Amino acid sequence: MKRQSKTQNQALSGWWAGTGQGNLVTGARRQSSRWRDRLAAGLCWTVAAVLLATFGWILADLLSEGLGRLSWDFFTKAPMDAGRAGGIGTVLVSTLLILAVCLLVAAPLGIATAAYLSEYTRRKSSVGRWIRGCLDLLASVPSIVFGLFGAVFFCQMLGLGFSILSGGLTLACMVLPILVRSSETGFRMVSDDLRRGAAALGMRQNTTMAFVILPAALPGIAVGLVLGIGRALAETAALIFTSGYVTRMPASLLDSGRSLSIHIYDLAMNVPGGEPTASGTALVLVVLLAAINWGAAAAMDRWRGRWSRS
Amino acid sequence: MEVSGLQVYYSSQQALGRVTLPIRKEAITALVGPSGSGKTTFLLCLNRLTDLIPGCRVEGSIRLHGEEILGHGCNLLRLRRRVGMIFQKPNPFPFSIRRNFTLPLREHGMKDRQEQEARLEQVLRAVGLWSEVKDRLHRPAPELSGGQQQRLCIARALALEPEVLLLDEPCSALDPLSSGIVEDLITSLRNRYTLVIVTHNLPQARRIADFASLFWNVEGVGRLVESAPIQSFFEAPTEKLTRDYVAGVRG
Repeated sequence: MKRQSKTQNQALSGWWAGTGQGNLVTGARRQSSRWRDRLAAGLCWTVAAVLLATFGWILADLLSEGLGRLSWDFFTKAPMDAGRAGGIGTVLVSTLLILAVCLLVAAPLGIATAAYLSEYTRRKSSVGRWIRGCLDLLASVPSIVFGLFGAVFFCQMLGLGFSILSGGLTLACMVLPILVRSSETGFRMVSDDLRRGAAALGMRQNTTMAFVILPAALPGIAVGLVLGIGRALAETAALIFTSGYVTRMPASLLDSGRSLSIHIYDLAMNVPGGEPTASGTALVLVVLLAAINWGAAAAMDRWRGRWSRS
Repeated sequence: MEVSGLQVYYSSQQALGRVTLPIRKEAITALVGPSGSGKTTFLLCLNRLTDLIPGCRVEGSIRLHGEEILGHGCNLLRLRRRVGMIFQKPNPFPFSIRRNFTLPLREHGMKDRQEQEARLEQVLRAVGLWSEVKDRLHRPAPELSGGQQQRLCIARALALEPEVLLLDEPCSALDPLSSGIVEDLITSLRNRYTLVIVTHNLPQARRIADFASLFWNVEGVGRLVESAPIQSFFEAPTEKLTRDYVAGVRG
């Protein structure tokens, strides 16, 4: 068996030389191409290293400035003295409430739109093209414009005032394009074999959608959700005019509330001596984002491992 | 099943031209021929999966027990329950083995848990998979081997108690051992179901089929060349093309 494979190898290398390819790369050319390979590899490494270093630097900065501020009280107490003292407990609560409103509105709407685009319209249909065009446009609108829109539409026209509800709804508009586009990709990644298989079993399109396609598309949808959460948590401009910047503990969704990113902005820009708290808050925000990312990735790994081993 | 004057167009391109073919009840009809000769297209017409292909137009007549299935009045869900289909690549749903059966069964009105379980066991036994999977019905179906997956798909189609089973090269994506098992399974179904099988494997067609039909691509359009009982198809074909094809001179 072993000998056979060896002779096979020899035969192969003979064929290789016979085609002339083996002799084509002569000494000098081989040298120069090796050099180019090394250069390219070196460049790639440098770029990666610069990226890592940037992130490391930011993280180190946040850690050195903000780690000292972290304590149990920091997570539970309300800000005092314009944020220089006290904690960020109320801000955390407001942030999570805004995020919850945003996701509760954006997720069903986004997933349903994605499902419509991928399963119920032809890829090149004009309706689909229009919806996708509008979404791409929405995705490129600066967040301050969303803020102004939210202030006029949700706060004034609908009379919701500066409130967590207004902020969450504004964020939902902003997150929607990301969510729809990546969920649609998720739906399209689902193999047509499943659609045909379900149809061949005489299953209705809605049943197929709900019980076969949707679960299979979950990884793509999760990516969209994580990207959307990231964008929502990082948002300042759209929230200043809509959810406001009151640091009190919100009593209802119609109360104004300050998000983590606004808190950071305010402390860093408007409050002399607020930098340590700003760094501490930023550290919390980064850790929160990382946890959501990792959590989603781990959940999807488990999901995939469970269902699609083939 | 009676197929007459069947023509299929993809957009404006004709794919299948005027095929007339009676399909004998409770027998195996093999469709053979080179790639692109319209065998799979023909098969897809028989349970109207052609409806899923954008721009596909089907003309002619297909009757199942005298009932026309190409018209608008045809209940597609019922048709596809009566005419099941197995694909080249096994396509178990990405969830548990049990749910692969209960979901379609419930869709067709069998809501009772015990009834579902009984049917599940019955069809898994019929495909010889029961002893292999009875202890892991809760495990994901994609975990099974390729041959097991294909048998699961056949069992899943049988669970709906079809009259006709369409098989599109059911063995070609499997290793020789699993291929043999699936082939034996198909043979064992002969007397209870009407089977139409597309295959590239002539010896296989000869082993298992009762009738054979040769499809050929004539100037871009798939056409039926000859259809005959298996013995005369291989030993005394009337068409020269068939003679060349079974002798391995063409195709």
